[in-house]
Amino acid sequence: MSTLEKTETKENQKTTVASQLTGSQAVLEALTHEGVDTVFGYPGGAIMPIYDALYDYNDRLKHILVRHEQGGIHAAQGYARTSGRVGVAFATSGPGATNLVTGLADAMIDSNPIVCITGQVFASLLGTDAFQETDVVNITSPVTKWNYQVTDATEIPSVLAKAFYIASTGRPGPVLIDITKNAQLQLFDYKGYKACDHVRSYRPAPIVRKEYVEEAAKVINAAKKPFVVFGQGIILGKAEQEFKNFIEKGGFPAATTVMGLSALETDHPLHVGMLGMHGNYAPNVMTNECDVLIAIGMRFDDRVTGRLDKYAKQAKVIHLDIDPAEIDKNVKSTVPVWGDCKETLPLLTEMIDKGNHSEWVQQFRELEKEEIKEVIQDELNPKGDVMTMGEVIKVLNDLTGGDAVIVTDVGQHQMVTCRYAKFNSSKSNVTSGGLGTMGFGLPAAIGAWYGAPHRDVVAIIGDGGIQMTIQELGTIMQFGAKVKILILNNEFLGMVRQWQQLFHDKRYSFVNITSPDFVAVAKGYYIDGNKISERKDLRGALETMLNHDGSYLLEVMVGKENNVFPMVAQGTSVSEIRLK
Amino acid sequence: MEKQEFTITIYTENSIGMIGRISNIFSRRKINIESLNTSPSEVEGIHRFTILIAEGEEVVRKLCRQIEKQVEVLKAYFNTNEELIWQEQALYKVPADVVNEKVYVERLLRQYGANVVVIRPDYIVFETAGHREEIDRLTQELTKYGLIEFVRGARIAIIKDSAGFHTKLKQFEREEPAPDIVENEFLDQQDKVFTM
Repeated sequence: MSTLEKTETKENQKTTVASQLTGSQAVLEALTHEGVDTVFGYPGGAIMPIYDALYDYNDRLKHILVRHEQGGIHAAQGYARTSGRVGVAFATSGPGATNLVTGLADAMIDSNPIVCITGQVFASLLGTDAFQETDVVNITSPVTKWNYQVTDATEIPSVLAKAFYIASTGRPGPVLIDITKNAQLQLFDYKGYKACDHVRSYRPAPIVRKEYVEEAAKVINAAKKPFVVFGQGIILGKAEQEFKNFIEKGGFPAATTVMGLSALETDHPLHVGMLGMHGNYAPNVMTNECDVLIAIGMRFDDRVTGRLDKYAKQAKVIHLDIDPAEIDKNVKSTVPVWGDCKETLPLLTEMIDKGNHSEWVQQFRELEKEEIKEVIQDELNPKGDVMTMGEVIKVLNDLTGGDAVIVTDVGQHQMVTCRYAKFNSSKSNVTSGGLGTMGFGLPAAIGAWYGAPHRDVVAIIGDGGIQMTIQELGTIMQFGAKVKILILNNEFLGMVRQWQQLFHDKRYSFVNITSPDFVAVAKGYYIDGNKISERKDLRGALETMLNHDGSYLLEVMVGKENNVFPMVAQGTSVSEIRLK
Repeated sequence: MEKQEFTITIYTENSIGMIGRISNIFSRRKINIESLNTSPSEVEGIHRFTILIAEGEEVVRKLCRQIEKQVEVLKAYFNTNEELIWQEQALYKVPADVVNEKVYVERLLRQYGANVVVIRPDYIVFETAGHREEIDRLTQELTKYGLIEFVRGARIAIIKDSAGFHTKLKQFEREEPAPDIVENEFLDQQDKVFTM
């Protein structure tokens, strides 16, 4: 079971002084006991009692007033991703709650531990089409791990305890608690807060079955060409060290999914790159060459597998996952290993032979050379006048040394960043992987900064995505998150344009997006900024951005019609990955 | 994969909204539910769903895993017809004069083991229980004689080989009795509540 870090102390748990509290106060008591220090939210009619109580909790709870509820939940996601703790968002009923839905779906598919608290109309008005009433519990049930409507304040302590427990354990996910206004106002005998450690119908992690671990070790030990593919499960399970011990003992080459980035430092000698549609050449090709594929904490997304009936058919597949529903969902496993990888990896490491597959790893490096020659060289050191996204990331790597938190939005800039950004430590990559939510980047970066305020947070965003949630510049202006915003502007919705070019005869349909003067917009929000379009200014401009004390916006004009390669085209096999 | 009938049996907490959460898992894959029954189980506080669908076994297995993943689901099983004892119930409303005048109809009803539930001067209501095909056949026959109204219940099924979970269920309930459900008891107090 992977309980996420909590800052609470034992003493906090024992405050059992019976006293009268309102439901709203009980909500805030629950948050402080769960160690929540930051809440992202937006007030409104049906959540006013909670905001009224919040007035008295200013010293214990930092509330960041976002500019849109979607920004609130994305910020909570960013916070969860860099801190490893539960992110919390508040919203009012009706439109406030429906604005959370995109973020809930994003958090659900990317397994972010989130607790959302929404206000709801008085219980007596439920179902009457009251002002700002929507059926939030039903709307959000497909996109939450659990949700619940509270109509009676006495339920609040136990329901919130359950919410935090469910959100943070097992495979994490978003939980939404909808609280009617009467319950927020209701006075009741508060008997203290008791953290939840068990729900009878819920098993966070399956029981580890040793015989399967043994079987897996047997298969691995017989492998000539073992290949490890890993995902965010390593980060969520806090098993970075266990994972490293495993691949180092076996000498296994390991490739990451987009969500697994930063679980293993980029420079590790066994790190052979990124999988998937725009991943690296070697790991994609070698997926169909290896004899044992060891998948750890990843879910074989279609963007990773390409055509399923041509995916690793020659290999025996060992799948380690905490979620039993992921085993055999997309790729049939030869040996499934159910359980938290924090627990299963050490068991497996103990049973495998110490190995050295340097020749096999060398084959990855040979293919890498091909990719460098065909793609990477030109992307990072272009000969033409126009800048590429890749060279911006390269210079950024030089300047941060790989220590920054890198937040991305969705599109070409995201894929380029994931391909080239350097990561030295875990929880450094924040991106919308499974849902591909444009507009995620800016608000997530704000949350990421609150989750890791002592680190540099760089939000790399396209000219399309930034315009979806640009209002969150207001949040930065008011509360001072020191987020560095790097806009890579190619004057197109680049990824869609790339597909239209490659698969739709270059019929560019509504991908030509114009932008405002981003630096002027930032200035309107009292945020400093700069715009560059020439290579000679790049390093200096990035330095200024990183050294600036406070938030900063840098817009870099890059080539308009550059494509992201390599690419596994939709409906093709990973080994048919094209370099151009 | 070839589609066949599968009966899915799900044990859940008796909480509001479970039907929605479970039916979402079918509808997101565009799978039609043939019949759905919810009822208490033999253990107080634990609910039992019986869902009938026609699908391939692989899909049904995945569905069950996704159902079991729901926080408030205790266990989900899937079974083929051979592994079950099942029944469906049906009610028929037939014009009284037809039954009185046509000997064949009376014989038909006897043959299908239908029982009289209500007798009125204008119509008679019968009930019968059995497998789908039997009920369908009787319905077809009665349609010829002016069947006024017909309703069939969802499949209910007992797994032939399910002793295992029963003890576990009992244990669940013994160790942690289910909490009472809080329903919206405020709904009838609308006038007394201040709203903004």
